[in-house]
Amino acid sequence: MTQLLKNTKQDNGVEKWDMVISGKKSLFHLNLKDIWNYRDLLSLLVRRDFVSFYKQTVLGPLWFFIQPFFTTVIFVIIFGNLAGISTDGIPQPLFYMTGVVMWNYFSECLLKTSTVFKDNASVFGKVYFPRLIMPLSIIVSNLIRFGVQLLMLLIVLLWFIFFENYTFNPTQYILLIPYLVLIMAVLGLGFGMIISAMTTKYRDLTFLVTFGVQLLMYATPIIYPLSAAPEKYKSLISLNPMAPVIEGVRLGLLGKGEFTWSALLYVSLFAFLILISGMLVFNRVEKSFVDTI
Amino acid sequence: MSAAIQVEKLSKIYRLGEIGTGTLSHDLQRWWAGVRGKEDPFLKIGETNRRDSKGHSQVVYSLRDINFSIEEGTTVGIIGRNGAGKSTLLKILSRVTAPTSGIVKIKGRIASLLEVGTGFHPEFTGRENIFLNGAILGMRKKEISRKLEEIVHFSGVERYIDTPVKRYSSGMYVRLAFAVAAHLESEILIVDEVLAVGDAEFQKKCLGRMGEVSKGEGRTVLFVSHNMSAVSQLCQNGILLSNGQVELTGNAASVIQQYFKTGYDNDLRPSVDNYRSYNNANSPVKLTDVFIKGFETVIPKLDMNQHPEIRMKLEVLEQIKNANVSVTFYNAEGVKVGVAFSWDDGFFLSAVPGLQELRFRLMNTILSPGLYTVSIGINQSTHTTSWDGIHHYPLFEIENQDNVKTFTHRSWGTVHLNDNHWELLQS
Repeated sequence: MTQLLKNTKQDNGVEKWDMVISGKKSLFHLNLKDIWNYRDLLSLLVRRDFVSFYKQTVLGPLWFFIQPFFTTVIFVIIFGNLAGISTDGIPQPLFYMTGVVMWNYFSECLLKTSTVFKDNASVFGKVYFPRLIMPLSIIVSNLIRFGVQLLMLLIVLLWFIFFENYTFNPTQYILLIPYLVLIMAVLGLGFGMIISAMTTKYRDLTFLVTFGVQLLMYATPIIYPLSAAPEKYKSLISLNPMAPVIEGVRLGLLGKGEFTWSALLYVSLFAFLILISGMLVFNRVEKSFVDTI
Repeated sequence: MSAAIQVEKLSKIYRLGEIGTGTLSHDLQRWWAGVRGKEDPFLKIGETNRRDSKGHSQVVYSLRDINFSIEEGTTVGIIGRNGAGKSTLLKILSRVTAPTSGIVKIKGRIASLLEVGTGFHPEFTGRENIFLNGAILGMRKKEISRKLEEIVHFSGVERYIDTPVKRYSSGMYVRLAFAVAAHLESEILIVDEVLAVGDAEFQKKCLGRMGEVSKGEGRTVLFVSHNMSAVSQLCQNGILLSNGQVELTGNAASVIQQYFKTGYDNDLRPSVDNYRSYNNANSPVKLTDVFIKGFETVIPKLDMNQHPEIRMKLEVLEQIKNANVSVTFYNAEGVKVGVAFSWDDGFFLSAVPGLQELRFRLMNTILSPGLYTVSIGINQSTHTTSWDGIHHYPLFEIENQDNVKTFTHRSWGTVHLNDNHWELLQS
């Protein structure tokens, strides 16, 4: 062993090290304390996402409204009027917009997280910080965006109450909405992390994901209520963890939806497992993805 | 004093070839081999990382069983040719990538600067980017606020601090970015060759700051550079890497000397590609070979009075006009003896695509005996970046073949001052 100067051991003959870098990948070493130390970075990244979004576009924050608004309009025309799919007696714009706003949050979290290694390769390749900060910042910045869109939904709701004689009848499940949003975030994060880890090895997965998320939307009661789904598909759709989330939010806010406590327990467990496996896979990949991407 | 960093049996393996594509098929082949009970078809390890010899395996050791330790409070220069493993070592120490085997033990907080301005957002103002970049480098918000004024002052871009950095000149950008990094509070600082950008005055300021860092605050600094005079100025100790292994550790001067010597080991000229210092993929011209006229395969010993004639082989890919070629001479101690710019001599290189040969002759200077390396740059103009170039290429040795024989054991200096005017004035 080559040494620059003689290495005198400390009193007890054992040296104390603050950090040990090794190639061994311990599966359950998640470094949560490290993430907490970098919480300022998290808030700055969220701010960066937000500011860069409106600084680089002409319409700025208006984009937050444009997309869900027009999607709702299209859904009303195609699925509501042309196809005549039931909305459980809820005014069509309200029904679709609720689904669209919720789904947007989930799919944005998932898609953005799934490309996190690719999008940040230049930064990840140059400096260390807990990689998990990046997906977390995506979840939080999308939450802000989601909040803004939720506000739009409430404005539309008020408009229906005052001008369209819509009787607003929320149920006590409205209190569950924050929890359901959390579940959605966790699902998006968990799935996103699993996919992001896989895409570092197999690039073509990215295309599959964009496509898959689109398809998944049709397997979720966004453009139809679960009650209107044919019996033989119903149990299949109920397996989709996003189904109880959307139905629960509709039940709370609009008074109609098929939601059971067992379904809630199911998605909670599902989300938890996805999150844990997502973090484990992500943690495994983050150490050496720089060499492969 | 005790060790701040201890590296034990550190190795890093890279897979060659088109990494990232076709790995699914490789994985399937590997899986199929496993099913049939055969060994992994892609894992043929056991070769060192020599780029000039074509290896047979798909896997190379970028670092192989590295051992060393660095004492607290010392400044250590890590030197070696391109591909010697410097960058890999830094990446592992900065936790950007994990080693394949072996461990590194670190005492204290570690901050690394592999690039200036990581995470800078062009739309953000200088001030906002200080916070963002600082946080990425591991600083807390209040720590940055406390040092904000100092950072801004150090960068010297006070006037533009509330302007988006996309409006900055590249020099200002680097100044701001380095200013943030220079104020990191950590016991260990790792600096890659990031100072190559930026103007001379600021470079000096940064080197000064680094010196302060290591001497004043008792910090441990690891410094990677091709700039041997910076290394000898800043570092007490050095580590010379070659082909992924530690060739020598010791005081900076001796390590630098070894670095210059390695090229001369067998007197055969090494490949120019190992000394390339710019990786400009779009370069319209490539320096393919450099040698002394008449000595195409060896590093010749020339007499002092011989004017060395350097031949440069250029592969011109696109027509170039008015390029400024520079030839810099370094002696064995790493001291820059002098720089010859073609523009100074009224030579503007213009060439059409094809293989060209350029001749340079050192006319008026007599170099003292010793080994010499040259750096050659083909530059677009006086100050913009080089298209292509090589750094510290061992080219020739100067000998005093008994032409200057007034006395033995004389002192030389970097150049031989002859033909001077001496006269005893009558009083």
